[in-house]
Amino acid sequence: MSRLLTPAMMRTLLPGLSLAALLAAIFYLQPRTMSYFGLNLLLNLAVPIALATIAQMFILCVNDLDLSLGAFISLTACITATWLNDAPLIGILALAACVAAYAALGALIHLRNLPSIVVTLGMSFVWTGIAVLVLPTPGGSAPGWIRTLMTLKPALVPFPIIAAVVIALTVHFGLMRSAAGVVLRGAGGNPKSVERAGWSMLRVKCTMFALAGFFGVLSGMALVGLTTSADANIALRYTLLSIAGGILGGGEFVGGRVSPIGAVIGAITLALAGSFLSFLRLNPDFQIGAQGVILILVLALRLLINSRGTRA
Amino acid sequence: MNTPLVDMGGVEKSFGAARALAGVDFQLMRGTCVGLVGHNGAGKSTLMNVLSGLIRPDAGSLRIDGEDFDRGYDPATAVGHGIRCVFQELSLCPNLTVAENLRISHPSIKGFGWRKTAGKVILESLDQIFPGHGINPDSEVGDLTIARRQMVEIARAFSIVDSQVDLVILDEPTSSLDQNAAAQLVTFIREFVSGSRSVVLISHLLGEILTASDTVVVMRDGVVVAVDDTTNFDRERLVRDMGDVLVDDSGFGTRINTKIVNSDPVVTGPRENGHQLILYPGEIIGFAGLSGHGQTNALVKIFEAAQGARRAISATEPAVFVAGDRQSDGIFPLWSITRNISVSSFARLMNRFSLDFDREDDEAAGWHKKLSIRTADMKNNILSLSGGNQQKALFARALGSDAKIVLMDDPMRGVDVGTKQEVYEILTEEAALGRALIWYTTETDELKHCDRVYVFREGHIVAELSGETLTEANILSSSFEAEDV
Amino acid sequence: MSALSQLTQKPWIWAWLGAVSMWMIITGISGISAGGQVLSAAASFGTFFVIVATGQMFVITLGPGNVDLSIPACMTLSATLAMKFMNGDASLLVPGLLISLTVGLAIGTLNFLLILLLRIPPIIATLSASFLYQSTAIWSNRGLRVKPPEILGDFAVAKVLGLPVLTIVVLVLTLAMAFMLHRTPFGLSVSAIGQNIRAAKLAGIKVEKTRYLTYLMCSVLAAVCGFVLAGFSGGAALNMGEQYLLMSIAVVVIGGTSVAGGYANLTGLWGASLFMFLLVSMLNTVGLSAGFRLIVTGAIIVGVVAISGRKSSV
Repeated sequence: MSRLLTPAMMRTLLPGLSLAALLAAIFYLQPRTMSYFGLNLLLNLAVPIALATIAQMFILCVNDLDLSLGAFISLTACITATWLNDAPLIGILALAACVAAYAALGALIHLRNLPSIVVTLGMSFVWTGIAVLVLPTPGGSAPGWIRTLMTLKPALVPFPIIAAVVIALTVHFGLMRSAAGVVLRGAGGNPKSVERAGWSMLRVKCTMFALAGFFGVLSGMALVGLTTSADANIALRYTLLSIAGGILGGGEFVGGRVSPIGAVIGAITLALAGSFLSFLRLNPDFQIGAQGVILILVLALRLLINSRGTRA
Repeated sequence: MNTPLVDMGGVEKSFGAARALAGVDFQLMRGTCVGLVGHNGAGKSTLMNVLSGLIRPDAGSLRIDGEDFDRGYDPATAVGHGIRCVFQELSLCPNLTVAENLRISHPSIKGFGWRKTAGKVILESLDQIFPGHGINPDSEVGDLTIARRQMVEIARAFSIVDSQVDLVILDEPTSSLDQNAAAQLVTFIREFVSGSRSVVLISHLLGEILTASDTVVVMRDGVVVAVDDTTNFDRERLVRDMGDVLVDDSGFGTRINTKIVNSDPVVTGPRENGHQLILYPGEIIGFAGLSGHGQTNALVKIFEAAQGARRAISATEPAVFVAGDRQSDGIFPLWSITRNISVSSFARLMNRFSLDFDREDDEAAGWHKKLSIRTADMKNNILSLSGGNQQKALFARALGSDAKIVLMDDPMRGVDVGTKQEVYEILTEEAALGRALIWYTTETDELKHCDRVYVFREGHIVAELSGETLTEANILSSSFEAEDV
Repeated sequence: MSALSQLTQKPWIWAWLGAVSMWMIITGISGISAGGQVLSAAASFGTFFVIVATGQMFVITLGPGNVDLSIPACMTLSATLAMKFMNGDASLLVPGLLISLTVGLAIGTLNFLLILLLRIPPIIATLSASFLYQSTAIWSNRGLRVKPPEILGDFAVAKVLGLPVLTIVVLVLTLAMAFMLHRTPFGLSVSAIGQNIRAAKLAGIKVEKTRYLTYLMCSVLAAVCGFVLAGFSGGAALNMGEQYLLMSIAVVVIGGTSVAGGYANLTGLWGASLFMFLLVSMLNTVGLSAGFRLIVTGAIIVGVVAISGRKSSV
């Protein structure tokens, strides 16, 4: 095998390549999407998905999995569309409480050594329950400033692309390049050694869960900015999308190997996959199933690359 | 007045039924290297874990530089007082680069340009200890060879950023290093302790202890049994103090031609580099070499082949596995001693539809007596046993099954001398009855019980020794050939 | 040790205590006759929880990361295909049941193949595959509710001596499962794998075969449950399995089975099933809104998991 195509290299390239391939297919099927407005329309929904994927990535990084993320983002969307709009101060406090709740969840999981899967599955009921209380029937409206931000029309480059680049780079520098980020990632790779060096795993877990909560809140806000209203089930599918995006972007389920840039690319790819399927005129009944198939295909592709790596 | 850098008194620690430390006194002066020796399970690592704040002792005192520590002594405090530790199992984060790993252990590396600083510091340290190491500080640790990881780990402990390093504890630091790198380390240790700084060196290579240390502390069964200047020790006294007879070459290669006449081999490996693994019924084969060089892996492959998986090695008879790493490979922690023994024999213990509990109990009672497992009731949980007795239960599991091939993965770790002798006899009996045994061991002395010995290095067999060629010198020299780069 | 303190040591006791106290609250509020009715309803509805949770329990006992998230989709697909095929015709009941079983076998096999071949955590494999099953159900059902054959409906609600027939059948099933769990190599292998998968492999246990059978059993039970539930509730609906995902996990955990794997408990499973049903009834009786009901249910699950923690020994 040539030096350029090492498994590590291919893992890094896989997200970008799959995005490029998908974009090419979409442009071929629907040439009109190859324009400022076309891209804007196509990529709009990618922003909240990218934020959700980043949130999930923080959890994956410390070897946990969040099955309540979709319900949580629905809740934050509901709060954004109601309290944040009507009484901004209460709204901000409520959203801050959501982030704090996530940090507490991280503490609980760490202190009692609990399986994150079961805890988050239980929490998904709690989030949905609160969301139903906040917004019993679909409705509400987006705060003006979020609406303005999400519908910005900057010159030359569509807003979703700028937003994606900003998100990816911010998290990349925070988690991958900064001195503090190293400790957070190290905690996923070898928690024992991080603890031995005198760091508190409790603080690491709380920080990572709080970060996940924070990006979950951003995702909910961005989503409402686009849809202008919310309901208690608005983002339930984000749970799967965020896991799929993180994995598609080169993250691993264990070992603290994550990639924020990859995660954002993965999220965009998944967002586009939806449009691609509808351009294909696929039976809408199979839209959900197709997402499952895409996830399975990505995992299969990854396995192929990894096994070639071990043989080489 | 000369205050010891470290002064521990009457330290005790128990894990469940096992007493790891039974009142240990330990002093360490500045500017010395202390060699700490003893068998596996003698309590060396536990004692060092207490010193580095990872384990809270049940009793005892700890004084560093004259300052008393009682409660709240944790890893951060230890690091803050200039104590660093290189652990036996590698403790780098495989998903981070070499430089990033330095940041984990050195919190003061931060701020703008930290990455450059970290890279520079670790590189300097590596250059100083292992000249010509060839490690790039930006490579991910998971991509490095085990030997290089160990170098990084050692260099990391000796790196100085702004805090003082007074004491570095090295727990089997050379277990994966080649001879050249190991010698570089010993040279560096002498240089390091020439000032006011100190080193604790744990190693099973006695030659290393004798050349590198100023003082030797010998531990056995959780207590210190000897403390003296290194000059007063020689190999013979060290071994005697550790509770063994000296490994002399007299016993090696005396067990020959024990294979059952006219039998076919039960295990046949591929021929590589002129060596081929073959095992006949009636034989006891030894696996030797430095730990972690593929012996366990080879045993697992044989086991899988015996279960019908396609492997390069073929095995024609059923096999059982005796785990040495009891916690991760052997014990079922929720079950009784009885069930832990019967688990490999479920099929044989079946009535028509259900497991025959009476027969299960009867057989367990038989092993209780035969191996003198120390418990009042075999229905007790397996964890109520001490390590050595848990190991007996694992032997009972293997020998109680009807498998012909017995694969042993360094099974005597933490087993007391008396038990060892009993087990050796039983193994010899079993071989005479037609079983075929493979015995991986890190205790060279145990290879005396073997017909032939295969030495492993870097995952491959590099030598086959038997009869006259089976000597300690030959085992060591084939374990350590210089790494071809 | 006194009999009482011995009893409180049992991991299943708390689920039963919970169930009894829920029932007492309901009876206290709405009177003894309502209490009787709710008990009878609990015996019926609780049965469905027990069926799916039994499968989930075996899966969870396999150890950390083992959870079957495809249960709701499996129930829906099995019920949809079987009801559609029978189309209310009682004479097709047996082939209908066979279709349902086939769906269970196929899903169990596919789930395990994904886990084995892609070497991914079972939770991801079953989650992604469940979307495929759900899509197939949507495609075949088109939102219609096909009525079950009358005889199936009758069976699902039939009673002998005041006890639902279904409850008796599932009780027998539970006894068989308990026998399997504690006395056969399969059940003991599941427990061994859950305690230490590497040690199980090295002790000669057929790990992959055991895992396959476990996932297969879980899917088949879910498929059968979907079939009977469709008969009970008057047809297959697309959301019929929804609440069973969390319920199956909650019932297992509350029933005293170890989330860390290796230890399972069927007595507690029954107690927890009754408890979860009575809890929801109690919340209804008290007059809590849907939102609060969700919150309390979720909080109880998280609370029980947090209190029981990871048991290192039993």
